[in-house]
Amino acid sequence: MNIPADCKYTKNDEWIKVEGNAGKVGITDYAQEQLSDIVFVEIVVAAGDTVKQGDACATVESVKAAADVYMPVSGKIVAINDSLPEAPDTVNKDPYGAAWMVTVEMSNPAELDSLLDAASYQAKLDQK
Amino acid sequence: MTEQLKRTHLYQWHVDHGGRMVPFAGWEMPVQYPTGPIQEHHTTRRVAGLFDIDHMGQVEVRGLQAETFVNHIVTYDVRQMALYEAHYALFCYPDGGTIDDLFVYKLPDPAEKGKVYYFLVINASNREKDVAWIQAHATEFDVTVRDISDETYMLAFQGPKAPELLDRITSADVQQAPRFTAVQGTILENIPILMGRTGYTGEDGYELFFPADEALKVWNKILKEGESEGVLPIGLAARDSLRFEPCMPLYGHELSADINAVEARLTFAVSFEKEFIGRDALLKTKLEGPRRVLVGFEMVDKSVPRAEYPVMHEGEQIGVVSTGMFSPTTSKYLGMAFIPRELAAIGNEIDILIRNKPVKARIVKRPFYTPVYRR
Repeated sequence: MNIPADCKYTKNDEWIKVEGNAGKVGITDYAQEQLSDIVFVEIVVAAGDTVKQGDACATVESVKAAADVYMPVSGKIVAINDSLPEAPDTVNKDPYGAAWMVTVEMSNPAELDSLLDAASYQAKLDQK
Repeated sequence: MTEQLKRTHLYQWHVDHGGRMVPFAGWEMPVQYPTGPIQEHHTTRRVAGLFDIDHMGQVEVRGLQAETFVNHIVTYDVRQMALYEAHYALFCYPDGGTIDDLFVYKLPDPAEKGKVYYFLVINASNREKDVAWIQAHATEFDVTVRDISDETYMLAFQGPKAPELLDRITSADVQQAPRFTAVQGTILENIPILMGRTGYTGEDGYELFFPADEALKVWNKILKEGESEGVLPIGLAARDSLRFEPCMPLYGHELSADINAVEARLTFAVSFEKEFIGRDALLKTKLEGPRRVLVGFEMVDKSVPRAEYPVMHEGEQIGVVSTGMFSPTTSKYLGMAFIPRELAAIGNEIDILIRNKPVKARIVKRPFYTPVYRR
């Protein structure tokens, strides 16, 4: 299971990779594996939207299930990955890279402290 | 109280090979293997796939009145069936509602030379209900009914390579068997095997019946023979998408006690010119025209339709989706739904309510994928 050290994680299997005051958001390798073949992605926020930690930012659907993706932090959406809905299986192939979903400019970077680091996320998965 | 889930003889094999086990119709079955459902789907269409479907039930009907009795309880006229023929049919309630769909085989009786018996293949989820129904009606006829599901193993081997591969490892000339007929032969060390050129994928292929104790040996033999061609074991998810594309009904979705064969557009399986339980009700629906019918639709705006989602027209709910999904063969988001007949014309626009948002769809021709044996 791939859990990059340079990301922070939510208990619901989202990741955020912070650079400066902005963070890229997606779902983890574990999440894509659990969902299995992903056939549909819809980004439900737009650039310019203000979002709160825990708000839905995308919907991901696999052959058998649908799952919402939630914002790990609050802030303003500055970019969305337009190409992802055209190639949903990217989420299976490259969950931490090409399958980023949104970029958020954080309004409260202190929220990052409420997230899991790679070791804690690994420990949480090990409990399953 | 949680119901104890049943396991097939191949349960451990599935677990050992990364099968993701889920509850289905009272059984613990693999929904997919590590290759994933999309790859399993394509493999079945392009090469061949092997399915553990031992959860399905089998019933034998014997006796002087076997033909009359079977003809009384199923929709299709079995009197027109030749020996070794197999045909799709339904069991109906007197009101026309569907108890189950099934395959009827007419076979020579190995127990008694010159005699014929009927072999019925029924759904796992309906096994107890079906057997009770058959038994209840059998009392008025000179027949014996045996549920042989436990001692009979059932696999499906489906896909363009299946005939050639099965031919190599069985005694019978399975490639010569026409569609919807069965052949009897042996596999491995004289294991008797009944092979119906039938299946629920839209591909050429077989449904196999043999003694349950031999399950692992036969399963491994077929997989080994197909290994160099790329044959894979196939889970329930791909089984569902494979039956969905040719628009084959699944009980609980396109058929139920509240859905009859005319609404589900299955009249090819109904012989109105003979007597059977439910005939009058079905004939009435047919003559008057069903109030609602099964249609196929394609999403115009991209989204995944799923079973139970409401179908809308001009802001009003007009029906529900029976099955919907991403179709791997066509790369489209497709569904089937029951809607009023007057709105069912091909090309009509409807909306599917997805997460409380109406999403545009269009009625299209069924099936979405024409079975190879009908081309």
